[in-house]
Amino acid sequence: MRQRKLAIRVVVSGFIVVLLVAAGSLVLAKSKDKGERVIPIKVKRFEYTPKEVTLKRGVPVVLELTSLDIAHGFNLPDLGVRADVLPGWTARVRIVPEQTGRFVFHCDIFCGTGHEELEGVIIVKE
Amino acid sequence: MVAHINRRDFLRLAGLGGVVFASGLGHTADAATSRSGKVEEFYWVQLSDSHWGFDGPAINPDAKGTLKKAVEEVNNLPHKPDFVVFTGDLTHTTDDPVERRKRMTEFRDIAAALNVKTVRFMPGEHDASLDRGKAYKEFFREPNYTFDHKGVHFIVLDNVSDPAAMIGDGQLEWLKADLAKLDKDARIVVFTHRPLFDLYPQWDWATRDGAKAIELLMPYANVTVFYGHIHQEHHHMTGHIAHHAAKSLIFPLPAPGSAPKRQPIPWNPAEPYKGLGFRSVEAAAESASKYEIAEYLVRKA
Repeated sequence: MRQRKLAIRVVVSGFIVVLLVAAGSLVLAKSKDKGERVIPIKVKRFEYTPKEVTLKRGVPVVLELTSLDIAHGFNLPDLGVRADVLPGWTARVRIVPEQTGRFVFHCDIFCGTGHEELEGVIIVKE
Repeated sequence: MVAHINRRDFLRLAGLGGVVFASGLGHTADAATSRSGKVEEFYWVQLSDSHWGFDGPAINPDAKGTLKKAVEEVNNLPHKPDFVVFTGDLTHTTDDPVERRKRMTEFRDIAAALNVKTVRFMPGEHDASLDRGKAYKEFFREPNYTFDHKGVHFIVLDNVSDPAAMIGDGQLEWLKADLAKLDKDARIVVFTHRPLFDLYPQWDWATRDGAKAIELLMPYANVTVFYGHIHQEHHHMTGHIAHHAAKSLIFPLPAPGSAPKRQPIPWNPAEPYKGLGFRSVEAAAESASKYEIAEYLVRKA
């Protein structure tokens, strides 16, 4: 019974992963079709690289997030965006910045001693 | 009753409590005593965020002494609390599982010096998030549980063993089943580490699925939440539910959004231990949603 439940969980998890990858690929494909800028961001304990990203108001971009070590989060509450950044996967989030300003993003999956310092900033200009 | 009056008099006359805060924040829909049991007056002490093992002389040069001083102050209270609760981040995080257990052993030994019959624990993300609560459970057993005391139903919620700051569907089902046994006017206190509401998500001061827990609690008339995590006193209402954050015993953090970063406030030699402390919480018998909170400062020995 337990093994059956586990098997179901594995299948469901696999299906979700496939869906997420497909959705991510779709976002990227559509973005590329539209000629949208793709910005790669690497995450490791306890640093985003780059940790400062400058965008132009109203111009959509795709952030392509990859982890270099363990599971991290990418949370940009002011723009209502978050993603899990898991090792071996690429998380893609599309942003259409509507307002100018500085918007801090941070890791929201606890990753160790320097977790509280793992953050960066999106700067949106006219 | 005599003890109650004496304690209140003591707080008022000695001014030890600093602020005596009546929980409920103006909430007037006080329900009667729960049908499930008679409420007696009593009080407990909340300690939080001791981060045992933290090392940072510029932040707290007495990192090895502050918790011990707080334990001593609790032991010196004129009236013994019914119990003491630690609301998480008992230890400071470490990647080394051996060191983590060493810190938990030392913390447990220090807490054992508390001269009270019952001491309750719960994890913070520093204790439990890196190993999903494995070491914590070895020392302090389950991270979520309930207990009843003198007419109050206490619920300890774990929103840190999942490193993504989630309570999780399983625990939410457990909460739902536990609440289903209670009358809608039951007197309920929730202990948790992180705020259940979005206090300041920009600093990760939130629980990702905390709104689901609040939704489950909302039909109950007399619910109060006590938590830690943000290293400062803070009071907030979600509907009729009051949420009270406690001070830390290692370093204070800035008020939500008041600084560019959530970095510890450095030690001020002119005002040592400023912002560090613990609190007593008194459950009043006359009102099912009223709690008197007295804040105590850690002081130089």
